[in-house]
Amino acid sequence: MGRRATPEVNAGSMADIAFLLLIFFLVTTTIEKDKGIARQLPPKQDEQPPVDIKEKNIFVVTVNKEDQILADNELMDIQDIRQAAISFLDNGGDGSCDYCKGEKDIASSDNPEKAIITVKSDRETSYKTYIQVQNELVAAYNFLRNRESERLFGFEFTKVKSAIATGDFKGNEERAQAKLQEIQALFPMKLSEAEAKKSQ
Amino acid sequence: MSKFNKKKGGELPAVNTASLPDIVFMLLFFFMVVTVLRKDNMLVQQKLPKADQVEKLKKDRSVFIYAGKPSSRYKEKFGTEGKIQIGDKYTDINALEFALSEARTKLIPELQGKVVVGLKVDEQTNVGLLQDVKEKLRDLNMVKIIYITAPGNDVQQ
Repeated sequence: MGRRATPEVNAGSMADIAFLLLIFFLVTTTIEKDKGIARQLPPKQDEQPPVDIKEKNIFVVTVNKEDQILADNELMDIQDIRQAAISFLDNGGDGSCDYCKGEKDIASSDNPEKAIITVKSDRETSYKTYIQVQNELVAAYNFLRNRESERLFGFEFTKVKSAIATGDFKGNEERAQAKLQEIQALFPMKLSEAEAKKSQ
Repeated sequence: MSKFNKKKGGELPAVNTASLPDIVFMLLFFFMVVTVLRKDNMLVQQKLPKADQVEKLKKDRSVFIYAGKPSSRYKEKFGTEGKIQIGDKYTDINALEFALSEARTKLIPELQGKVVVGLKVDEQTNVGLLQDVKEKLRDLNMVKIIYITAPGNDVQQ
């Protein structure tokens, strides 16, 4: 009796099985990519300390329940918000801000340190418009911060910031962080969110 | 002579498919690794608004709040008014506190103090609902929030 070779397992259907599994995972995969606009809510306080803010230092954006936008007492399209916010922040009315390139209008904000943007919304405002407005305002800050970091350090603020966040940054991370903070101090993000009004 | 044209007229040799399973398996493993099976069953509509000035969310320290109109298959039961969902059930605005502290305990202890609340809100929701949620979050002292958005921007510059 000669030893018979064990018959080979037919692996032809292996590909089919693998394909089946592959298709299952392809269908169920949702590559998570959660990104968004980060905000810090004001802490709860019983009594509000009296704050003295000049009216010209506040840029009020009001969104009504029809999703119409009123910025600085002017009816505005969403496209124009960014530019309006940039010129408000960059104004430098009291001359103390030497890096501002705005019009130095006395009726607008004194300097970026004092400039506050506040978003008022109605309870029936749609979330979509609300986020669009928030996005445009953040874009205004990012534009100015990018401009300053280009001028001072020769890199774009937002690019370096996201590179550090994802861990792709090459070079000295601590030094870059310090630079980012310097830029942030030039244009501090002062975005306040007023409570939504009840609509009549 | 016949030495040189022996193969003439012969059929095309079949492509060797022996390495096909290997290729498929490689793809399979890739998708197996990147797959995250959906944890929360969506009870509300989730069409997120678009934004492009975004930051990345740190997954390990976040809890999610979903809000929006009930999905089409729950419409009859729950109506079309905007609702809040945490985990895989609807949550009343007053029960938010309990549901959130419960969600927080699922994070690793070191990060529980640095919790970020991810708000996944449908674009058709009223801001009023969001306002109520934010008010509650302030009460709970969970002040770091992030509005989760979809990539892109509808606004033409």
